[in-house]
Amino acid sequence: MSGMNKQGRSTTPGEAGTASIETYTGNRGLRLEEPLLFELDNPGACGVDLDEPDAFAPRLGALERKTRIGLPGVSEPDVMRHYVRLSRKNYSIDAGLYPLGSCTMKHNPRLNEKMARLPGFGDVHPLQPQKTVQGALELMDTLAHWLKELTGMPAVALSPKAGAHGELCGMMAIRAALVARGEADKRTRILVPESAHGTNPATAALLQYKVDAIPATAEGRVDLAAFKAKLGPDVAAIMLTNPNTCGLFERDIIEIADAVHAAGAYFYCDGANFNAIVGRVRPGDLGIDAMHINLHKTFSTPHGGGGPGAGPVVLSAALAPFAPLPYVVHGKDGFRLVETDGEAKADGARPFGRMVAFHGQMGMFVRALAYMMSHGSDGLRQVAEDAVLNANYILASLKDDLSAPFEGPCMHEALFDDRFLKGTGVETLDFAKAMIDEGYHPMTMYFPLVVHGALLIEPTETESKRTLDQFIGTLKHLAAAAKGNDKSLFTGAPHFAPRRRLDETLAARSPVLRWQKETPREAAE
Amino acid sequence: MSEIRFTDQHEWVRLDGDVATIGITDYAQEQLGDVVYVELPDVGKSVAAGDEAAVVESVKAASEVYSPVSGEVVAVNADLEGAPGGVNEDAMGKGWFVKVRLADKSEFAKLMDEDAYKSFVEGLA
Repeated sequence: MSGMNKQGRSTTPGEAGTASIETYTGNRGLRLEEPLLFELDNPGACGVDLDEPDAFAPRLGALERKTRIGLPGVSEPDVMRHYVRLSRKNYSIDAGLYPLGSCTMKHNPRLNEKMARLPGFGDVHPLQPQKTVQGALELMDTLAHWLKELTGMPAVALSPKAGAHGELCGMMAIRAALVARGEADKRTRILVPESAHGTNPATAALLQYKVDAIPATAEGRVDLAAFKAKLGPDVAAIMLTNPNTCGLFERDIIEIADAVHAAGAYFYCDGANFNAIVGRVRPGDLGIDAMHINLHKTFSTPHGGGGPGAGPVVLSAALAPFAPLPYVVHGKDGFRLVETDGEAKADGARPFGRMVAFHGQMGMFVRALAYMMSHGSDGLRQVAEDAVLNANYILASLKDDLSAPFEGPCMHEALFDDRFLKGTGVETLDFAKAMIDEGYHPMTMYFPLVVHGALLIEPTETESKRTLDQFIGTLKHLAAAAKGNDKSLFTGAPHFAPRRRLDETLAARSPVLRWQKETPREAAE
Repeated sequence: MSEIRFTDQHEWVRLDGDVATIGITDYAQEQLGDVVYVELPDVGKSVAAGDEAAVVESVKAASEVYSPVSGEVVAVNADLEGAPGGVNEDAMGKGWFVKVRLADKSEFAKLMDEDAYKSFVEGLA
């Protein structure tokens, strides 16, 4: 009995229902309030001890800064705590299921991180002599090889730094090909299905093309007849997402490709959903001319905070000569980057330019290749199979509780609409906010636009049956509560988040985009 | 005496003489939710029927507003630039977007009348 509590310390749970208690600090237990870094300003505080510079003559003429730069004075522990506290407010794939549809929030394997930190990859500089980075160049060349192999395409541009950047790169290659054919002026229209990714029409518009939407059929796929009716000598390309954002495979893709090519146009495929078909379908066999691959989706490199995105673009034989600089080649003297038009012309290529200053995101190349190598060809095939299986498990488990607009089976994501909420007074937004109280990041909502009040769920291959069952149970519970006219879970949700429901309208109408001091300090200095 | 017509893209057009006032319908503003931004064309711009005449952005979505008729933009509702919520408050009245001097009155006649639009909207539910 000696180890037991003998000091009157209660070991039973306290009384529940203390949510309304106001604390002195504003913190609620381990949920800590945190001011902005600028509000922590303690003038004179600094994380490093720098010597006052000796007298020196500035060489900037009259351009040197005369006023304070306005950075906050903070010590190292202040900064450390600030960012650690902020990070605790964050929800990440390392903390739980992240079912954001079309985003492919899969686990980022630690092995990838270990490889990316090897000094030969992590500590290199883009301006180093190429003979000192042969290993890094070989890695790029190997990654390029496997991307081409997996897609069945003859060329790849590794440098684009995000999916949409890859789209831009692919469409610029298409435009370069049209310029070379002398048809750039007459081909001014791009066909984009309603079920495409939202960035597709944006990319086309950025390149000054006219965007022409292709309607979807009642089953959520491209309306083939409407598409063919829109083809003509002024069409530059179609931009198709496959599988599309309804989570469905475009079965008519080969017929679409043939019709596009017969009309003299090119076929851009948004490869953001490649994770659903990797190892099973080669886009090159489908007649695709250009497709970007989000390394941060299909190949498990981090989204956002953990590292930048990367959106390599694979190109067909028709577009390969126009691939942007730089690219890696290997010869008898090892690997080298082709960096100038002159070098490229010697190879018979006609690059349209370059997308970025250097060669792209080295750290992401390492992680993506580590993912491929650790999975192998059988593993990658299983990635696609498990991603599709998980999504179908969700669709089948929830189709009677939520409402599915299209017949399954689906590909890598399960789409629901808001018919199951009809008459409940609960909307998709309320439903998503209630999920936050249950400890989940909500799914993608109100997208794709082709269904009303969309809820788009992508579990990825990462999730176990156990995780999925808990998630499914949560959604069944919420759906039953909404249908049972219990609005308390939804009105005003989230209750258990650092901030409650925000006033999106006010934020959008009167955005405060810049922090302002409450009392100007300059006057006192 | 003004006449009003509607499109299947949820725009309304009210004709006074040869000037058409164009806005989005009450159904459209309700679907969009709180409007937070309205982009209007320059006065003097000529538009063809089906061309983009304005852009309306809500907390939910951004949409183009198409001109249902061809002609020249003779006025825009500049009040909406500072107070886009006017679209929600009075979509069919003070929340109008643009006035277009009609090039071809037959385009107006081809649009849906109030009853046709009403049953069109009912069919969407």
